[in-house]
Amino acid sequence: MNVLTLINALPGAIAQGLIWGIMAIGVYITYRILDIADLTVDGTMCVGGAACIMMMLNGYNVWISLLVALLAGTAAGFVTGIFHTAMGIPPILAGILTQLALWSVNLKIMGKANQAINVDKYDLLVSLRYIKGVAITKNTIFIVTVLIVLVIAVLYWFFGTELGCSIRATGCNSNMARAQGINTNFNKVLGLMLSNAMVALSGALLAQYQGFADINMGRGAIVIGLAAVIIGEAVFGRIFHNFGLRLFSIALGSVIYYLVLQVVIWLGVDTDLLKMFSALVVAIFLAIPYWKSTYFSKPVKKGGKTDAGN
Amino acid sequence: MLEIKNIYKTFNAGTVNEKCALNGVSLKLEDGDFVTVIGGNGAGKSTLLNAVAGVWPVDDGQILIDGIDVTKLPEHKRAKYLGRVFQDPMTGTAATMGIEENLALAQRRGQSRTLKPRITKKERESYKDLLKILDLGLEDRLTSKVGLLSGGQRQALTLLMATLKKPKLLLLDEHTAALDPKTAAKVLDTTEKIVNRDHLTTLMITHNMRDAIVHGNRLIMMMEGKIILDIKGEDKKKLTVEDLLHQFELVSGEEFASDKALLG
Repeated sequence: MNVLTLINALPGAIAQGLIWGIMAIGVYITYRILDIADLTVDGTMCVGGAACIMMMLNGYNVWISLLVALLAGTAAGFVTGIFHTAMGIPPILAGILTQLALWSVNLKIMGKANQAINVDKYDLLVSLRYIKGVAITKNTIFIVTVLIVLVIAVLYWFFGTELGCSIRATGCNSNMARAQGINTNFNKVLGLMLSNAMVALSGALLAQYQGFADINMGRGAIVIGLAAVIIGEAVFGRIFHNFGLRLFSIALGSVIYYLVLQVVIWLGVDTDLLKMFSALVVAIFLAIPYWKSTYFSKPVKKGGKTDAGN
Repeated sequence: MLEIKNIYKTFNAGTVNEKCALNGVSLKLEDGDFVTVIGGNGAGKSTLLNAVAGVWPVDDGQILIDGIDVTKLPEHKRAKYLGRVFQDPMTGTAATMGIEENLALAQRRGQSRTLKPRITKKERESYKDLLKILDLGLEDRLTSKVGLLSGGQRQALTLLMATLKKPKLLLLDEHTAALDPKTAAKVLDTTEKIVNRDHLTTLMITHNMRDAIVHGNRLIMMMEGKIILDIKGEDKKKLTVEDLLHQFELVSGEEFASDKALLG
C-alpha cells in the first residue's frame, strides 16, 4: 500500500475519467434531457473506437478518423431512433436491439475482435504514454479537457436554439411539445443521434488512449455514464445551475468515478468485482429519488377529481 | 371555422373493453363561436376534442379546420391551427423549463424550429406585458421554472401559451376542473377576456352546468358518443340549469344523475 503508487496512477485515472466524461455527457442528453435510457451506447463506444482505429490504420489523419467515428455513432443513434419512433419499440428495447446488431457491425469493421494501434508509428491525439513527461499541448489531460470544453460549448449553443429548446420540451413533456407543434418523434431521433455521436467520440479517444479497439470495450458503458451523471449532479448540482456548467459537472463526475475506482484498486479490492460494485452503487443512487418519494414524502392534497374524464 | 363530419371512434375494438366513444358526431362552428360542451363521464366530450386535436386518428369521418381537411394530419402538424389547454395543469407546460422558454416554444407553434436563438430580447419584453394580463405576478418571474408554479398559475400560463399565436380554434378540455373554486373562477375569467379580445373560435368542455350556461354563445350536450342537445342564439341566452336538466330528461329519457354536473 504505497501512497506513491496511488499518486502515480492518478493522472491516468483523470485522463480516463475525462475521456469517459464525453461519453457521460452523451448519456446525459438521452437520460436527462430526452428522458430515455439509451442502451445503444454500450455498442456505440466500440463503434467509435473501431471506426477511428481502422481509419488510422488505413492511413487517415486522426481528425478525419475522429469525424468518421462521430458519424458512425450518429448512425447508431439514428437506428435506435427509428426502431423507437417509426417501429414503436420501447426505447430500452430499441437500444438493446441496436447494441446487439452493433456487435456484428463492430466485428466487421475491425475484421477481428481486437485491433491494436502503435503509438510510435501513428500520430495519436491521446495516449496513456502522453500523460507524463510530454509538452502540455500534447498532454492527454489537456487535450481532452479542451475537447470537452468545445463539446460543451457546442451543446450549450445548440440547446439554446429553437430546435434544441424543442428537444428539451420533447423530453420534459411530449404532450405539451406536440400541442405546440413540435415533431416529438423527429426530435427523439435527433437527440439519440447527438448523444451517440458524443459516445462514439469518447470511444474513439478511449481506443487511442489505450492503444487498441476491442469488441468488449463498451460493455457496461451505460452504467459508467449513469454513474458519472449521478455523481456529477450529486456533488455539483447545488452549485452549478447554468446548463453549460451542468454538463461540465457530468464530466467531473466521470473523473471522480475513475479516481474512486483507482483508490479502490489501490486498496487491493478484487478487480473482478468492480463491475458489480459499480452496478450496485448506481442502483442505489437511482433508487434514492424513488425511496424519497415513497417513504419520506408528505401526503399531497390532490386538487380536483382523479378520473381523467371523457 | 371547424367542421366535423360524422366522425366515429371506438377504443379497444374487438375486446371486452370495447368502447364506442364517438358515434357519428357532426358539428359545425362558425367563426367566433364560443361553444360549451357538457355531458356525463364517458359521454365522449374529451374524445371529441382529442379527435379534433389529432391525438389519434378517427375510425371514420372528416375534420376540417377553416376549410382545410386535417383528418389525416398528425397531432404536431394540426397544432398549427389549434390552441389547447388540458384538464391536468401539468400537461400543458414543460416543468423543467422557464416561463419565458415555455412562452417562446408556444410563440413558434406551427413554425419549423431553426438554429436561431430560442428567444429574442423583443419577445422577452412582450411576454412581460402579456403576463400582466394574468395578474399573477408572473411578469417578474420570467426565468422561473414552471415546475415551481401552482396548478392555477400553470393553467393560466397554458392558456396564454395556447393563445399567444392566435389559433384558428381554441380547445379547452375542462381546464378549470382540477383547480380550487376561486382559482377556477379566475382562470375562467381570463379565458373569457382573451377569447373576447382575440375573437377566438372556442370549444370548451366543462363539468359545471352553470359555467356552460354563463359562457359562450352555444351549448352542446353529449351522451354515449353523440350530441343530444344543441342550444344556440336567443335560446342559449335564456337558458337556466333547470331548463337544461328538463331538456336532458326529455332527450335522454333518464334523469341527469351527476351531482357534480349540477352543483359543479
